[in-house]
Amino acid sequence: MNRTDRKTSVIAYIFLTIFAIVMVFPFVWMFSSSFKTSEEVYEMSLIPDEPTVENYEYIFNYSLFPRWFLNSMIVAVVTTISVLFFDSLVGYTLAKYTFPGKNIIFILILSTLMIPTEMLVIPWYIMVRQLGWMETYWSIMFPGMISAFGVFLMRQFMSTIPDYLIDAARIDGVSEFGIFIRIVMPLVKPALATLAIFNFVGNWNAFLWPLIVAQTPKMYTLPVGLSYFSSENLTSWELIMTGAAVSTIPLIIFFIIFQKQIVKGIAMSGLKG
Amino acid sequence: MKISQKRIVTAYVFLAIPLVFYIVVRFYPMIYSFWLSFTNWRLISPKKDFVGFDNFVKLFKDKVFMTSLWNTIKYVVYGVPLVIVLSLFLAATLNKVRHLQWFYRLLYVMPYITPLVVVSWVWRWIYQRPPAGVLNNILMAFGFDAQPFLSSMNQSLPAIVVTTVWVNLGYCIIIYLAGLQTIPQEYQEAAKIDGATSRQSFFKITLPLLNPITVFLVVTQSITFLRIFTQVYNMTDQGSGGPLNATKPLVLYIYQKAFRSFDMGLASSATVILFMLIMGITLLQLLVLNKRVQY
Repeated sequence: MNRTDRKTSVIAYIFLTIFAIVMVFPFVWMFSSSFKTSEEVYEMSLIPDEPTVENYEYIFNYSLFPRWFLNSMIVAVVTTISVLFFDSLVGYTLAKYTFPGKNIIFILILSTLMIPTEMLVIPWYIMVRQLGWMETYWSIMFPGMISAFGVFLMRQFMSTIPDYLIDAARIDGVSEFGIFIRIVMPLVKPALATLAIFNFVGNWNAFLWPLIVAQTPKMYTLPVGLSYFSSENLTSWELIMTGAAVSTIPLIIFFIIFQKQIVKGIAMSGLKG
Repeated sequence: MKISQKRIVTAYVFLAIPLVFYIVVRFYPMIYSFWLSFTNWRLISPKKDFVGFDNFVKLFKDKVFMTSLWNTIKYVVYGVPLVIVLSLFLAATLNKVRHLQWFYRLLYVMPYITPLVVVSWVWRWIYQRPPAGVLNNILMAFGFDAQPFLSSMNQSLPAIVVTTVWVNLGYCIIIYLAGLQTIPQEYQEAAKIDGATSRQSFFKITLPLLNPITVFLVVTQSITFLRIFTQVYNMTDQGSGGPLNATKPLVLYIYQKAFRSFDMGLASSATVILFMLIMGITLLQLLVLNKRVQY
């Protein structure tokens, strides 16, 4: 490395670090505020003088946050399982079967990616009211049970599976559904992991639709709960920041475990589009 | 039954539930939305008459709608160039360094996977007036005046743009970085031998090769900014899009019309306009993307 190279790389690191601080500071400030007392929260100290866990005790004992946490978990887990199963099944069928209407079905499914959710929420809401699904988990979950992006992703992966594996299983007398579950699914595990992570995060963070259908506090998901909780406690920033921290911690853990797949998945979603 | 026929039946059996899902949960609601946009239906009344383009005429006469349409355009026009230029700059810088690349990338992408509601409230806290707001305290420590940010007619929308750029930056950086890593090193080296400065080789070689990625990001980011809602709902007083509608985007207008006033017909018309804006941008992408640069 010559001197000019070294100089540019020092400047590069300085830039990168400045931006890294900008990216991380709001998180640090959130956690810092969550450990402060209601008096100290207005102080600019980064590390609280008298750190307290009282805010967390309050959130866990006197608010509905534990319930919202559970709701979010149920919604995210159930939709993710459903998406994994159905998106793989559709992707597999579109990649490995020949039947009339195949291309039209694929194009129709893909075209739904262009429909903005905002356009669908009004009819969904009317549907939920008419069918009496109000105040159920199902009402929050049903629009996300299958995702078009996942179908697209899984179809790509399924088409890389060699046909002879499937034919060999057929000769051995494995049923068509058995081939899908026992032979094909294990072969696309990396794609399933990517899809699962994205879907989980997407559903965990979703706001507009849960805000519309979840109308009593016990049915709120975490983002909806946090939104109402915060507007009701506008003067208690230490509690708002604690609620925010509680909603973020699972994602940070999730992120640390799956960072590689997340980064890979984002890059994939971009370059394939 | 022949084997091939049996396979066809199997395929349709596998697709049965998903097809019903797509028809009932995607296509039917979309058509229904289009139809609603031509009716005067309010949720509480049984009246659901066909009124032609009345709703659209009403929308364009409604000052609040025009403000929110204009605000939405502002979000796109301020936000997209900012996020594209910043992320390209950061990705190119990140691509140059040898150590800790993964670490920086990790930090940059964190806001993107954090719930937007959390992000909104944390930034609302950061933007508070002094003595509470940490950003104002930082400004004052450097000798600047304190700013009203979210409570100002002029600053609230740009403040929300900054928060949104902060969120989307990591996503764009990762996509640019993946693109940069597909550019063969030889191009840069050849340019260097020919005496090109690093700035020349960036603008004449790297940037044109990244063109398809830039177009893709401009389109996806434009759509993201067109659909802005959660930030505005959570960062403004009582989710009003205030002060005085200064930050209200189209989706918040739709939300208020549909789920506060229950004017389903009018709200549906506004969603049709949103849909057409998104379609327009997507079609533009198809036109531009056909031009690829090759060496």
